[in-house]
Amino acid sequence: MTTNSTPKVPLWRDSRFWKIAFQLIILIAVLSLFILLGTNLTRNLQQTGGTVFNFDFLNSTAGFGIGESLIPYEATDDYSRVLLAGLLNSLRVMVLGIILTTILGVLAGVLYFSNNWLLRKITVFYVEIVRNTPLLLQLLFWYGLFLKLPAIATTAKLFNAIYLNKRGVFLPWPSGNAVWFWLSVLLIAAIASVVIWRWRIKIMVEQGKSGKPQLILLWIMGILAGLIIIFALGWQRPIPAENGRTIEGGLRMTIEFTALLVGLVVYTGAYIAEIVRSGIQSVPKGQWEAARSLGLKPGLVMRLVVFPQALRVIIPPLNSQYLNLAKNSSLAIAVAYPDIYSVANTTFNQSGRVVEVMLIIMATYLSINLLISLTMNGLNKAVQLRER
Amino acid sequence: MTVTTPPSNSAAPVESSSPREWMLENLFNTWYNTILTLVISGLLFWTFASLIIWARTEAKWSVIPANLPLFFVGRFPSDQYWRLWIVLTLICLLAGLTWGILARNVPVLFRQNIVIIISFVCMMMTLVPVGIPYRILLIGMVLLVVASAWGGKQLSKTQPDLTKWLPFSWFICLIISVWLIGGGLGLESVSTNLWGGLMLTLLMSIISILLCFPIGVMLALGRQSSLPIIRFLSIAYIEVIRGLPLITILFMGQVLVPLFLPEGMRPDRILRAIVGLTMFSSAYLAENVRGGLQAIPRGQIEAAKALGLNTPLTLGLVVLPQALKISIPSIVGQFISLFQDTTLLAIVGLVELLGISRSILANPKFLGRYSEVYLFIGILYWLFCYLMSQASRKLEQQLNTERN
Repeated sequence: MTTNSTPKVPLWRDSRFWKIAFQLIILIAVLSLFILLGTNLTRNLQQTGGTVFNFDFLNSTAGFGIGESLIPYEATDDYSRVLLAGLLNSLRVMVLGIILTTILGVLAGVLYFSNNWLLRKITVFYVEIVRNTPLLLQLLFWYGLFLKLPAIATTAKLFNAIYLNKRGVFLPWPSGNAVWFWLSVLLIAAIASVVIWRWRIKIMVEQGKSGKPQLILLWIMGILAGLIIIFALGWQRPIPAENGRTIEGGLRMTIEFTALLVGLVVYTGAYIAEIVRSGIQSVPKGQWEAARSLGLKPGLVMRLVVFPQALRVIIPPLNSQYLNLAKNSSLAIAVAYPDIYSVANTTFNQSGRVVEVMLIIMATYLSINLLISLTMNGLNKAVQLRER
Repeated sequence: MTVTTPPSNSAAPVESSSPREWMLENLFNTWYNTILTLVISGLLFWTFASLIIWARTEAKWSVIPANLPLFFVGRFPSDQYWRLWIVLTLICLLAGLTWGILARNVPVLFRQNIVIIISFVCMMMTLVPVGIPYRILLIGMVLLVVASAWGGKQLSKTQPDLTKWLPFSWFICLIISVWLIGGGLGLESVSTNLWGGLMLTLLMSIISILLCFPIGVMLALGRQSSLPIIRFLSIAYIEVIRGLPLITILFMGQVLVPLFLPEGMRPDRILRAIVGLTMFSSAYLAENVRGGLQAIPRGQIEAAKALGLNTPLTLGLVVLPQALKISIPSIVGQFISLFQDTTLLAIVGLVELLGISRSILANPKFLGRYSEVYLFIGILYWLFCYLMSQASRKLEQQLNTERN
């Protein structure tokens, strides 16, 4: 029996060889590029400052003050402390921004389907105007608007509890020694109420019970929580001082922080509104009609039938919008809010350590990025279809 | 057997749409809607009234006409403006031709609403606060667009083969525009420090999107590739660049690029800005093209292999044309974001439209005129972005009907 021996393929026509050779060529090219850039960098750094690549500058005195900080910071502290203060400022804007923009975006997205013509048109105008103007221009607009607030002597008041002036927005805020205790009580009550709610649904569905005792229990817990919030947390109103130059008490949000927060929330809210709208529109109309024919009112249809299905389509783009908000918070440098990027900018201008500071910034933003993506991926898994 | 008789033989109820009934149905149908409508219309009326009163009395609009050349072309030497007018002429000519050729199947090009829009634009041009010869030139540009649209339609009917040279002619137009703006080769050269305003914004966005296109497509292909090193490098680049804010990349471009180059090479600031913008948008473009690549059925690649095509030919002839057509809407969206992101260059010190507005506001003569200036450039940006997004929506509709 003759066996056909396949003719030996020459090396230069063998695709397996080319696959490996191509990768090697690219790898060598990228590595040599890095080596070339690295040698240029060390030579240029040595020529200008005679400094070597290290992170020792973090222990030297910063020498500059920043506008606001969550941790106590003086100009005599070192660079690592000022970078930490900047990081906490950034996180403050990001966390508050994500919460507020979700509320605004979902509200605007759902209002798109309202049966009031005026509300629908206003939502469309809001989304079209905000999406087509650059974010930096909007931030400068909000900052300019807040800069027009009156001076402390003639401060604007809302309900005698909220003060708006050039030094900031003053809100009533809980203060006192027992705040953390009552907050943990409220947290435990919230978790308990979720557990009781699920238990109630379970016994109503499986055992046909009426669920009234649990409902009464939940109402009592709700009223108690309301009483705790109003009376036990010790709200402190801001009060203008005697000399008319400061306001004491309450929470002070500087106008830079407020302008940045409002600008970011409004801008990202328009994008989230579009995402929510397309998510709700992706639910087949048959679901609406079937829910209405079951006798559910429009509000319940949205809450029980349409929105949970729309969530599957909404969450992946929502992830990228949250990442955009986190990255756009770096524009704080234009409104003079000391976030991590603005502080790092001053640091490398003053210390001359450009490469090290850039690496710190890159590491910070990439880890925040990773954290948000991991959370959203977890949420995404939770709303997927559970197929058999 | 039951026989159902219709209740009456009268005609169907007539849907009358008088304004009063429309309002009752849409604005005042329930009690909370009534309250909402009243409160919102009150607020809107108050806002618009105060806006109009501010615009007529308190605002000093002289800052805009006094600085119009700065807004549009920066500190370009005024004796060389004729070069910019030639660039504008070329662009109007090509734009009109493109409009005529794209609308080749429309029966009547100049429908009623198009004529209304054109006459409205001409009226606006007469109100622009520049000298009379310039207003005549601007109206001439609008008429040039109209004439070349008609010419383009005729061309697409008589000689359809020539229409495939259109993208190439846009490319040549870009090169000629850069030559006319920059100078050299016979024209007096204008330093890049003098470029500014809307011209610089448009130039940088267009050059960045053109440069990032090949890089983005290659990164997308690399991310899909089966070769592990290429896939790793592509994913590393895309994820690192997408995780960083644009302002850090632009700062790195301005500050680090001279450090990485051999001594003596000090690239231009605008070149560094273009490098930064290109690196940033190529990562985002790679993700958009990846979406298009994932939409191609595997059968296409298998059929190409069965025909004997190797990988580069498969990609070039079968996969990429389909993938790019699917991702055109997201690519146009990327261009719109890039156009808006050029404002961040104001922070690194370049004088594109936002940057030159800030330096105009620093002029002691126009100190404090923030609202007028920001409103003006806000309207300019909004107009450009809105028109581009409308064009992108029309393009998407056209492509969808072609596919089905």
